[in-house]
Amino acid sequence: DIDDVGHKYYLELELEDVLDKDRTVNCTAEVLYHLGSQTSAPDVQVTVQGELRSTEEADKEFYTHIRSLEKELVAENIPDSHGNVPPELEPIHLLAWVASGYVIWQNSTENTKFHLAQVKHVKQVKRSDEDLQFDYVVLLHDMVSQEVLPWEVTLLWHPQRGARVSRCQAAGAGD
Amino acid sequence: HQVLRIKTKNEEEIKQLQLLESLEHLELDFWINPSARALPVDVRIPAVSVQSVKAFLESQGIEYSILIEDLQDVLDKEKQDMAESAQRQRSSSSFDFGAYHTLDDINAELDHLASEYSFVEKIRIGESYEKRPLYVLKFSTGGSNRPAIWLDAGIHSREWVTQASALWIANKIASDYGTDASITSLLDKMDLFLLPVANPDGFVYTHTSNRMWRKTRSKIPGSICVGVDPNRNWDAGFGGPGASNKPCSDSYHGPSANSEVEVKSVVNFIKNHGNFKAFLTLHSYSQLLMYPYGYKCTRPDDYAELESLGRAAASSIRSLYGTTFQVGTICKTIYQASGGSIDWSYDNGIKYSFAFELRDTGRYGFLLPAKQIIPAAKETWLGLKKIMEYVRDKSS
Repeated sequence: DIDDVGHKYYLELELEDVLDKDRTVNCTAEVLYHLGSQTSAPDVQVTVQGELRSTEEADKEFYTHIRSLEKELVAENIPDSHGNVPPELEPIHLLAWVASGYVIWQNSTENTKFHLAQVKHVKQVKRSDEDLQFDYVVLLHDMVSQEVLPWEVTLLWHPQRGARVSRCQAAGAGD
Repeated sequence: HQVLRIKTKNEEEIKQLQLLESLEHLELDFWINPSARALPVDVRIPAVSVQSVKAFLESQGIEYSILIEDLQDVLDKEKQDMAESAQRQRSSSSFDFGAYHTLDDINAELDHLASEYSFVEKIRIGESYEKRPLYVLKFSTGGSNRPAIWLDAGIHSREWVTQASALWIANKIASDYGTDASITSLLDKMDLFLLPVANPDGFVYTHTSNRMWRKTRSKIPGSICVGVDPNRNWDAGFGGPGASNKPCSDSYHGPSANSEVEVKSVVNFIKNHGNFKAFLTLHSYSQLLMYPYGYKCTRPDDYAELESLGRAAASSIRSLYGTTFQVGTICKTIYQASGGSIDWSYDNGIKYSFAFELRDTGRYGFLLPAKQIIPAAKETWLGLKKIMEYVRDKSS
């Protein structure tokens, strides 16, 4: 407890590489939830102790592939109702996790627990610069309230520059 | 009878075989006729002619080998194989337990299990808001109102691994009775009641309209929103913290306790039966094994025993694939939540009340890939079995 500021948490985490189960990396983090404020995202500082796997090859392949598409990529329901993700959409799925991570961070409090439930829709938008752009509608499930809510997120990605969220907002009420 | 394979080397030999073919009294049955030189000639020879035909072939220098030594043997074996296969076909399901199914397919499988096993009966304990039957499988090998165990799945319709696991578990119990010592002694002493789809309206809705639907589909007076969270609707701390009073919320508790017919039907059934010893319910996801309370954050009187039994069950689960389940009260483990089913059952004298949250921990969440259904069902079954065995031993 930090008087007049908020609550700070000190974390020791072990990261597991989803694509390489035997690979783990330790990290430490400090998370500060601001007092009272429902509108401000928590402050997060992370230190990764060790190295993350290089994905240069796969990144380049994906980048080249998407840039070479004649028609912009469009997909929906990833995974589908049965939990399937077609292999060619797996990178899109992974980028959705990145995009969701941002949204979750921006909207987390000590009383939320979000997970990406599903990518409802994704549309690639061709750009004149070198970034790839994906406009996502992601469904985020909050374990505490049990609500599954749609969010619109625009993600920019480049093999060297990495991922950036350029826009996010809660989508219109669902069903 | 023997079947010979004859390899002819020239036109002359083919002519000889054609001669043989013309001798009707030998009753030779050519499976492949002597015409083209390239193909071997296969012929079935009645027992009485075998020796003389062989003698003839040898005298002509025609090469042959024995394809089938004793045709009757082969036919007898084939008949046996077919009988066994038909038996398996009747007793095994063509139901794929490793896939997700529609409500109709699930109900058909319940019928199949009930017809297949004399100790399995499908009973209707009520109907849903949209008038779909609530089917329970009763496993009973006899007695009269024996001490019983309750198991339900799918009360939250989007948690598809639970209905799927319940089907696998039903089949497992039915098919292993008589061969597995533990299941056999369990069903020899107790009855089991399994409700695989506790919220059929919601389940159909997840197939037709919204895969993420959780609640019932009841109309709420004065609201455009539909449905009540059936696991906030039980009469246990009803309306307290951890449930919403807003109809549009996914954790809306409903206008009053037991307002949902899906909940009321189970309550009535259990009360009327009067001899339930355990109440077990399946949810997903998070990998948790919980006992009361959810509506308050104080420990139940039987805390020590339930914690210990829970730990043992989690240990059994982990033994199969290493999947870890956290154990504890609902309030401590997940969140404070009022109006939950196991709180109700516990406060109504059913001591062994547990709620499971199955795989996974968020990677796929509600959309667990179908190939994980059977592993999830198998490990969950070990945990349930641990609890059931304990209850069986306590009840005898």
